[in-house]
Amino acid sequence: MSALDAARWQFGITTVYHFFFVPLTIGLSLLVAVMQTAWHRTGSEHWLRATKFFGKLFLINFAMGVVTGIVQEFQFGMNWSDYSRFVGDVFGAPLAIEGLVAFFLESTFLGLWIFGWDRLSRRVHLACIWLAAIGTVLSAYFILAANSWMQHPVGYRFNPETGRAELTDFAAVLTQNTTLVTFAHTLTAALVVAGAAVMGISVWFMARRDEDTLFRPAMRLGAWTVIVASVAVIVSGDVQAKIMTEQQPMKMAAAEALYTTSAPASFSLFTIGSLDGSQELWSVRVPGVLSYMATGSVDGTVEGINDVQRDEQARYGPGDYRPMIPVTYWTFRFMIGFGVLAALVAVGALWSGRAHRVPARWFARVALLSMALPLLANSMGWIFTEMGRQPWVVYGQLRTADGVSPTVGLGSVLTSVIVFTLLYGVLAVVEGWLVVRTVKAGPAPAPPPEAVSPREDDADRPFAVAY
Amino acid sequence: MQLTDVWFLLIAILWTGYFVLEGFDFGVGALLRILGRDDTDRRVMINTIGPLWDGNEVWLIVAGGATFAAFPEWYATLFSGFYLALLLILVALIGRGVAFEYRGKVDTLRWRNTWDRVIVVCSVLPALLWGVAFGNIVGGVPLDADHEFVGGFLTLLTPYALLGGLTTLLLFTLHGAVFLSLKTDGDIRVRARALAVRLGVGAVPVAAAFLLWTWLEHGADVVTAALALAAAVALVGGILATRAGREGWGFTLTAGTIVAATAFLFTALYPDVMPSTIDPAFSLTTTNAASTPYTLTIMTWVAVVMTPIVLCYQAWTYWVFRRRISRTHIPTPAPSAPAEEQV
Ligand code: HDD
Ligand code: HEM
Ligand code: HEM
Repeated sequence: MSALDAARWQFGITTVYHFFFVPLTIGLSLLVAVMQTAWHRTGSEHWLRATKFFGKLFLINFAMGVVTGIVQEFQFGMNWSDYSRFVGDVFGAPLAIEGLVAFFLESTFLGLWIFGWDRLSRRVHLACIWLAAIGTVLSAYFILAANSWMQHPVGYRFNPETGRAELTDFAAVLTQNTTLVTFAHTLTAALVVAGAAVMGISVWFMARRDEDTLFRPAMRLGAWTVIVASVAVIVSGDVQAKIMTEQQPMKMAAAEALYTTSAPASFSLFTIGSLDGSQELWSVRVPGVLSYMATGSVDGTVEGINDVQRDEQARYGPGDYRPMIPVTYWTFRFMIGFGVLAALVAVGALWSGRAHRVPARWFARVALLSMALPLLANSMGWIFTEMGRQPWVVYGQLRTADGVSPTVGLGSVLTSVIVFTLLYGVLAVVEGWLVVRTVKAGPAPAPPPEAVSPREDDADRPFAVAY
Repeated sequence: MQLTDVWFLLIAILWTGYFVLEGFDFGVGALLRILGRDDTDRRVMINTIGPLWDGNEVWLIVAGGATFAAFPEWYATLFSGFYLALLLILVALIGRGVAFEYRGKVDTLRWRNTWDRVIVVCSVLPALLWGVAFGNIVGGVPLDADHEFVGGFLTLLTPYALLGGLTTLLLFTLHGAVFLSLKTDGDIRVRARALAVRLGVGAVPVAAAFLLWTWLEHGADVVTAALALAAAVALVGGILATRAGREGWGFTLTAGTIVAATAFLFTALYPDVMPSTIDPAFSLTTTNAASTPYTLTIMTWVAVVMTPIVLCYQAWTYWVFRRRISRTHIPTPAPSAPAEEQV
């Protein structure tokens, strides 16, 4: 193993881990804000209790998103110093703006929201959760603008004197179609995650005939969020596929393990055999789908891996421009598959809880487990996106192997991989245990009215919320 | 003033903000088991920073992001060069963050004691290591002709840098004690005040030695002398004011100490951002580490618009949570903890 391999493992592990918490944070902050708004509008107590209950889960999760995020920001410099030198002029700007515009907003207003129940007027307190939610969405936008530039660099020129990319058009970085569609796809995917969480927990309580007035509307909110967001995920994913085919033809070919250019190209649901194009034992194929996904027409031409490889060699010089095909092939399928399954469960939840019906116990278990589906779909999508871009870290400009820190030895990187992996492992256990415990304890009784309206300044009674 | 200088100044401001704000949270964390005699005391202490620490930490994130955007070479060399030190800091920041959030979620003594220890260790460690890191930045490190750091972890542990670490540790702890005397009420306030004075007696000679050493080797002009003097005067004044029960002034002055000391370090550093001990020609400076003027212009506009807004709403948070906290404010049991029998 080289320092490069270790650095790549570290990036993969820490980023995928960060992205377990991020979509839940983004989606749940919005759903909790919706619940609190419902309480504000209707005054009905169960929305207040739902806000507090799901808010607590949101906070347990948020803490992890924050602490793992700091690692992300530092490790570009630590493990990828040559990458940082190369991209800093372009990539640093959205990152810094993310901190200044988004992280300050979300952390400050979340602090106000958590501890402000009895210190702010209801209206201002409601505004705090919305501002925090807007902060999470903005943070996703800026980091995705940075990432999209790595997928499809625009608005810059390469300066041969300094050997680095230099920004020439910042608006292009923020508004290129890659950024916009990635933002739409990721944001809606985050809503699927949060919707599935609210739905899964609610169905479980409904099946136990516990707190029906609270969880039935919450289940509907969650299930409808999953369904509507899933449609948006599929539509945006379809657009993204076309943009990707144009910008990174190798990735689309690798997503299907399509070696020879075909028109029309079919899409295999799965394949048994090897994916190197030599021997396919068995596969289930849907004709024309790959062509449609890539070009918008069922008999469009999709370039194969071998042809793209030849093109890229002509353009970038000798080398192997193929990512790891089995990884791209399977992650692409699992992303779509897990997502579709989650949407089906949501339809099932609405059906099983229609009118005043109580969902069956077995279905409650399915719904609870299905909370993991969109999370896995997200991880798969990112692993596909990032590994499908290899060997490039900035597509067409900088190879991953040339981005690694030249002065950091294998020993140091390996130490940090091990430290982070162990630490993250322990935290995952603690977090999982806390979440289960909090869910099992169920929603707290409605707080007394004075706990949700501003206190007089001299009141000595206990705070409504304290660490 | 050139844009590169503007950004040097802005980054200095971000670090100053970080040290002033997270400085007192580190202090509160470090003193958790010294000042907090029982669980209620400790909860009083943690709740003084509860709504604030996350916002304070973002100053660090923005300082890092701004360095990446404005001085990519500095970011790359610094972060890859100080690798293991930063790893320790990251682990500590992770530990602290989850400890605050999780400590109150389960209502048993063992659970809370465990997280309390995590808070103490994970507050002391970064308070110390940031001083070591800045000692090395100002003091210089071995950078080769490509601006790459060619030392190891032990290269960073010079006596000068260690003195810097001890200085920040003592200053932050003192700042935290003064903050606690300002934000709490009752017995704990009295004890925080007494402890602040005792910490001050230790902090003054250490900080004076560090400032003097820095001045002799890296400053040695009038401006840096004035800043070092201001830091020293504010420090002594802060301790005296706290002792006299003027906690508001005490806190203002210890904050002033940190502002002046950080300004002093950055002034001593300028125009380098990382001096090389191998050959001054290899040093990273505000010009050779900088981004292009176009990027710096955009970033300047964003900073000019956003910074006042951020300062306004952060100040408002401090206003909303301005009340002193005493034991009577602490609800029992923690409302976030599900009662045991429900589990
Ligand atoms: C709930 C999660 C989820 C679901 C159900 C889907 N996706 Fe997705 N997908 C993601 C979550 C995701 C993601 C994790 O959010 C990614 C990673 C990078 C990105 O932009 O979004 C992603 C990436 C991603 C990419 C790679 C973009 C690139 O590398 O440039 C494509 C082409 C698609 N998706 C297409 C689809 C299609 C056609 C889908 C369904 C028919 C689909 N996705 C469902
Ligand atoms: C949040 C979701 C993301 C996930 C799950 C993710 C995952 C990954 C993975 C698995 C790799 C390793 C690829 C390999 O080694 O073959 C990687 C590489 C990389 N990604 Fe991402 N990524 C995400 C978002 C981002 C974003 C938003 C950025 C930039 C801001 C980014 C920057 C990088 C860099 C610099 C590498 C290079 C290291 C490498 O290729 O090994 N990633 N990412
Ligand atoms: C698609 C990729 C990513 C998205 C959408 C995203 C979004 C977010 C969000 C919403 C938060 C808020 C806290 C939470 O999640 O609980 C967060 C935290 C954080 N993320 Fe990520 N992130 C991504 C990847 C990254 C990467 C690659 C970096 C590194 C530059 C990064 C840096 C951070 C930092 C520093 C924090 C802590 C902020 C705080 O204290 O509030 N994120 N991220």
